[in-house]
Amino acid sequence: MLRALPIGTDKATTAVMEIILRLKIKDAMTTDLKTARKEDSLRFIQQLMKNSYVTGVPIVENERIVGIVTVNHIMNALDKGYIHEPAEKYMGRALVVLEDDMPLSFAITYFNKYSYHRFPVIDKEQHLVGILTSRDILTTLLQELNAEMEELEGKIDMKIAAERGCTLNVITKDFAVNKFDFENAGRASFELKKILKERKVSQKIIRRASVASYELEINLVIHSDGGRILFTVDDNKITIETMDNGPGIPDVSVVLEEGYSTANEWIRSLGFGAGMGLANTRRVSDEFDIVSEMGKGTTVLSVINMEDKNEDIAIG
Amino acid sequence: MKTSQLAESLKYSLVVAPEEDREIVTGYTSDLLSDVMGNAEEGSVFITIQAHRNTIAVAQQLDFPAVIICNNRPIPHDMENAARQNDVAILKTEDNQFIASYKVYLALNTQKQ
Repeated sequence: MLRALPIGTDKATTAVMEIILRLKIKDAMTTDLKTARKEDSLRFIQQLMKNSYVTGVPIVENERIVGIVTVNHIMNALDKGYIHEPAEKYMGRALVVLEDDMPLSFAITYFNKYSYHRFPVIDKEQHLVGILTSRDILTTLLQELNAEMEELEGKIDMKIAAERGCTLNVITKDFAVNKFDFENAGRASFELKKILKERKVSQKIIRRASVASYELEINLVIHSDGGRILFTVDDNKITIETMDNGPGIPDVSVVLEEGYSTANEWIRSLGFGAGMGLANTRRVSDEFDIVSEMGKGTTVLSVINMEDKNEDIAIG
Repeated sequence: MKTSQLAESLKYSLVVAPEEDREIVTGYTSDLLSDVMGNAEEGSVFITIQAHRNTIAVAQQLDFPAVIICNNRPIPHDMENAARQNDVAILKTEDNQFIASYKVYLALNTQKQ
């Protein structure tokens, strides 16, 4: 049995989760492909494997993948004496492929689900564009983690500097949010809540920040083509900001009205799309701003002051 | 009233029972998560038919000790897991939201007297 990659959804740390959700399969896959045609002999493919240090060769016809020959197929061919025959008859045809636009997290679940060592990657036109091995995932993940650690080390330095001089205690976090990813919706909000709790911020303020961040995060999942949620916490205020990649809102004043919703039936069946998200967010915010441009995207800003100036705000 | 007491007195099955048996102060009935986000009070038991993981996310954000899933709606595994991880209890009943709300209200208020 292969050991499962311990970077799936339930075992990963926030940093790793963020990376594997942010990155797409095309960011990690190998694009320098060694392919063969179904007419090629298994001997030819064996030589190809040997010369280019690969253990699996996709069989391609008109840019589309039609099969795969792995070391196992070659061993069987040597064993049973058909190494000189064309690949077509013996290649693996039960193909499990990934799409280049899928998040890397998706690929990891595939590695844990199937015992394959590699997955061919296709694009929207079904053309073979790459191949993904667990080694590709690990290399990419380590590169990203290195970059993150570098940034973190920089922040620790900043924090030490802050302790000596300024006292703002700034924390900034940035999360990628994918369209219709209900699975991970709420991760950024949980993280914000955790930080506020650690800082012993009052229940009332935590409550308001939770409402604003969760509503904005869910809005990205439901309505945007994907985007980011960014929050900054310092001693004076909590700033929550979302930026998305579209599609944009035609009339911003309308979406702020309570009860206005563009959510479809299945979103509503999940309990979302009541048309209260932005109204709720604005109500709990000390400062609120929304800017949208059709075809470009929407940014929403919510600021909540640490000192509760709005004692009369109705937050239930 | 403790979550376990409520489950016992209403004969609702306790699908997820976190280690910490938290206190239920009041309740909120809705199937619209934004409505709950905007209006429910902390310490509420959340009465709903929304049997999915995002219900737990809302409960967690608002510090709800428990949710009650009505009409015997099947509870998906990922929802159970999320509830366990976040210490939110899940109760299940064949009652609808109206009946469940009535029973919960009665149980919470009888105890207060």
